[in-house]
Amino acid sequence: MSRRLINQRPGRAGIIYLGALPFLLLLLLYAFASAARRAENPNDKLLPGAAALADAVRRVAFEPDKRTGQIVLWSDTAASLTRLALGLAAATTIAFVGGLANGIIPYVRAGLSPFVAVVSMVPPMAILPILFIVFGLGELSKVMLIIIGVAPCLLRDMQLRVEEMPGEQLIKAQTLGASSWQVITRVVAPQMLPRLLDSVRLQLGPAWLFLISAEAIAAEQGLGYRIFLVRRYLAMDVILPYVAWITFLAFLADFVLRRLNRRCFPWLYVSRA
Amino acid sequence: MTQVSIRNLWKSYGDQVVLERINLEIAPRSFVALVGPSGCGKSTFLRMLLSQETPSKGEILVDGQPLAPEPTPERGVVFQRYSVFPNLTVLGNVALGLEVAGAPVLGRLFGAARRAAHERCREILAHVGLDGAHDKYPAQLSGGMQQRLAIAQTLIKQPKVLLLDEPFGALDPGIRADMHELTLRLFAETGMTVFMVTHDLREAFLLGTRVVSFDRTRSRGEEREVYGATITFDIPVHRSGAARQVAA
Repeated sequence: MSRRLINQRPGRAGIIYLGALPFLLLLLLYAFASAARRAENPNDKLLPGAAALADAVRRVAFEPDKRTGQIVLWSDTAASLTRLALGLAAATTIAFVGGLANGIIPYVRAGLSPFVAVVSMVPPMAILPILFIVFGLGELSKVMLIIIGVAPCLLRDMQLRVEEMPGEQLIKAQTLGASSWQVITRVVAPQMLPRLLDSVRLQLGPAWLFLISAEAIAAEQGLGYRIFLVRRYLAMDVILPYVAWITFLAFLADFVLRRLNRRCFPWLYVSRA
Repeated sequence: MTQVSIRNLWKSYGDQVVLERINLEIAPRSFVALVGPSGCGKSTFLRMLLSQETPSKGEILVDGQPLAPEPTPERGVVFQRYSVFPNLTVLGNVALGLEVAGAPVLGRLFGAARRAAHERCREILAHVGLDGAHDKYPAQLSGGMQQRLAIAQTLIKQPKVLLLDEPFGALDPGIRADMHELTLRLFAETGMTVFMVTHDLREAFLLGTRVVSFDRTRSRGEEREVYGATITFDIPVHRSGAARQVAA
């Protein structure tokens, strides 16, 4: 008798094939559609073929720009990653300190919690114009958008995680003579760090969203800026590699954070041997 | 040598009375086992001894002094679960009590102070039977070893009173017998006053020098809210040292 569908599992090879299948299908679909369009119009810009894509990649990633002398892809990547890193670092710091204080000090929670709950409901994109007016069109407004977009979520998540901690641990620490400060720094904060990294991983998507939005509206370089710039010329041959590159960077950041978590916090991953 | 006096203690939540008229004089070197059905307030009583909750009426005196309004190192505790810190190694868990006392800002000791602290921790760990597990994290320990660690943590602060909240409730019977032996040995050596909440009557009489049972004296539906539980039995347990060894 055959097993139920929910009990049938693919083998190791099966997992690799099945995982690769959607990517292959997408590539095939693109290749067919692109070939069909170019059969009708050899200069089609919407779905460029492999040769056109390779040519565009060579242009943006390996040849210096005639006007600026910089290699466009790398200068864009550096600008975007700097903004992203600054924004995420600031948001993470704010969230960690605020979330800990909110989660464990009743007076701070009473004062801050309702405010954070309301502020986190403000749509960040709606206040982007305000950021541009207040902070100008430079780097600061883009970093601020990432902070404002990401920090409230991170902070509330951190607060929830702190409140979830077994009360026994806090009591136990006090019976060992720990002060409030010591309970926070020796017991609560170290246990919250890996959780914080995990929620930063989940916020990478929104952080990229805010970054690209801000760059699309006002910037001189950056990955989002470039995509929206070349859109005017329907330059799909540049847009598609850029999107693939951004996706790769986001995936890489997620991967690095995951590995960092495992390496820095072994106690979370050990189990009884 | 710690004497504990509980004088006319009441605890209620809103209109619901949980405990009422609790009076106990606990002599030094007592091992008080607290028993009773679920919901009779024995854990609430223990939490009041810990200052995790405040009595609605009455007072608790330790050596004649009223309890501090929050947990302090003079009262150690071992819970059924979550007594140890998962982010610290076995050695780190025990050393924490010394580190927070020695370093108010960093909460960490360095150099000679750290070596001295670790030396004391190793002695205590050997004493509770956790040799060779110093660098393991709690998640790598069995339930029984985690409870041994929790006990070692409290011992390093040399508390006057040790509070045990069903500490062996989640352990296998064989392991539990080992823990009973350890508990009796430590009790005899340290002379702490111990309060232990347990569901297990056999355990209560095996370990306790005094077994105190809590229950509601009125159990009709409309009376349950108005009357709380109180002490229904208070039984001294007399046993010679030899008998204790055999029983353990």
